Amino acid sequence: MLEELYEEIILDHYRRPRNKGKVDPSDIAAHGSNPLCGDEVDISARFQDGRIVELKFDGKGCAICTASASIMTQKLIGKTLPEARQLIGSFLNMMRGETSFGGKEMGDLKALEGVLKFPVRVKCATLAWNTTLQGFQQHTDKQS
Amino acid sequence: MIEVLDGVELEEIRDDFPLLQQKVHGKPLVYFDNAATSQKPRVVIDAMNDYYQRYNANVHRGIHALAERATKEYERAREKIAKFINAPSPESVIYTRGTTESINLVAYSWAMTNLKKGDEILTTFMEHHSNTVPWYQVCERTGAVIKRIELNPDGTLRLDDLDKLITDRTKLVTVTQQSNVLGTINPVRQIADAAHKRGAVVLVDGAQSVPHMAVDVQALDCDFFVFSGHKMCGPTASGVLYGKRALLEAMPPFMGGGEMIREVWFDHATYNDLPYKFEAGTPNIAESIGLGVAVDYLSHVGMDKIRQHEKQITQYALDRMREFPEITVYGPKDVEKRGGLVAFTLGDVHAHDIATFADEDGVAIRAGHHCAMPLHKKLGLAATARASFYLYNTREEVDVFIEMLHKAKKFFGACPTGRAMGY
Ligand SMILES: Cc1ncc(COP(=O)(O)O)c(C=O)c1O
Repeated sequence: MLEELYEEIILDHYRRPRNKGKVDPSDIAAHGSNPLCGDEVDISARFQDGRIVELKFDGKGCAICTASASIMTQKLIGKTLPEARQLIGSFLNMMRGETSFGGKEMGDLKALEGVLKFPVRVKCATLAWNTTLQGFQQHTDKQS
Repeated sequence: MIEVLDGVELEEIRDDFPLLQQKVHGKPLVYFDNAATSQKPRVVIDAMNDYYQRYNANVHRGIHALAERATKEYERAREKIAKFINAPSPESVIYTRGTTESINLVAYSWAMTNLKKGDEILTTFMEHHSNTVPWYQVCERTGAVIKRIELNPDGTLRLDDLDKLITDRTKLVTVTQQSNVLGTINPVRQIADAAHKRGAVVLVDGAQSVPHMAVDVQALDCDFFVFSGHKMCGPTASGVLYGKRALLEAMPPFMGGGEMIREVWFDHATYNDLPYKFEAGTPNIAESIGLGVAVDYLSHVGMDKIRQHEKQITQYALDRMREFPEITVYGPKDVEKRGGLVAFTLGDVHAHDIATFADEDGVAIRAGHHCAMPLHKKLGLAATARASFYLYNTREEVDVFIEMLHKAKKFFGACPTGRAMGY
């Protein structure tokens, strides 16, 4: 069962996280934490012509938290704000078990499906995504 | 001679705990999360069932047979608990739902009344949030300020300048007797003496000490002593505030309602005597009776024997953890100075991942900041993993735990962090 949680792809993103660090200067900077376990993540991003051109995460998290953040950055870079919001929304729905995971077309994201079997770890997988959403919200609030 | 639990006794003790007999994910349960809550022996569970099945009634307010029996058992438990911590009288033992409620009672009733702007509360960096946040609330309301005793590199308290830290402004010194992360056992009597010289009041958090060692509140000379039943083989939502009588008598009630009054008029009320003044409403009757039985159970085994057993288990765990160059253990290395728990990091592997890995092998440990965020910030850590032992744990269980750590280390490819971490 552990292999389902710690898929090879997850371990790879954990050991060699993509887009780790800080975007500077940034249009978005958000901090998220999971008070129960001490996972912490910082998200920063920069937009150009309405698309996310840079998105990075930083922080101290477990393998699931780190891998999920790393995969997320890859999925979101290049997207417009509405597209990114939509993807985050559907990922969070999947992690709540409200919709089922897709197939191969999901790429590395599919590797996070195993987390559903470990309900206490779902919060680790969603931390970076929720934090990014929060960052988007602050960005939108600032502009309106 | 120091008495220890022999193999036969240990087997018998394990048989007393129905929950320990189970398998988790197909493996025998290794319960190493005792600092969070302990398991309950059959006698405690039976005593609570017995109350509900045979004499459930409200206390102190009926004249029928059931009410009389319930009241008698409820008060008998109080006497046993008083004796267990050597309180001078049962009236100085107030039932609460646990450590957190006991501390809040002191914060809201005693501190909000007696503290004012510029007064100081002296505490430590190793306190649980429940011995931290209520004091922040007191400071917000009264203008008092928090000061902290520093830590030595080995996780003990730096007491050489204690006399300077305690000033005429210090109104309260509040410390844990045993840290739930570092395991450090603090010299509470020494601190109490220094505090009393300046007229400060002393609160001792006994949540992690009372379950594991003999405690004598009069010998500690503390003014308040608080603990939880659920960490000492008793039910959840049982607990105690012990206080010196003169202090308790001068304190206003914390909550108003039934039971705590003598007479209620159209616009005012007069209050009941101790301890009832602080026990408003229908109390936790089954739980308090259960705690009385837990105290009987622990006394029967013997607190000194329990402490000795935990020292041996802890020593063994510490020795075996030295097999890992990647492991950093926090707190004193000397088992005379620490209680039966070990918080650690395994290289750069996150505590969460270790706990999930452990769970697969049936090993229950805790991961996180253990409700001690200021301490983890002080240590420069986001989280630690923690194994905490009790009277029913065995060396064989430590072996299972160590095997699991070896597997986790291989799986995650733990790298030594190379961080110079002091403790
Ligand atoms: C040292 C210490 N103080 C206080 C508490 C809080 O106890 P409770 O949650 O039972 O009120 C704990 C429990 O984790 C503890 O370890």
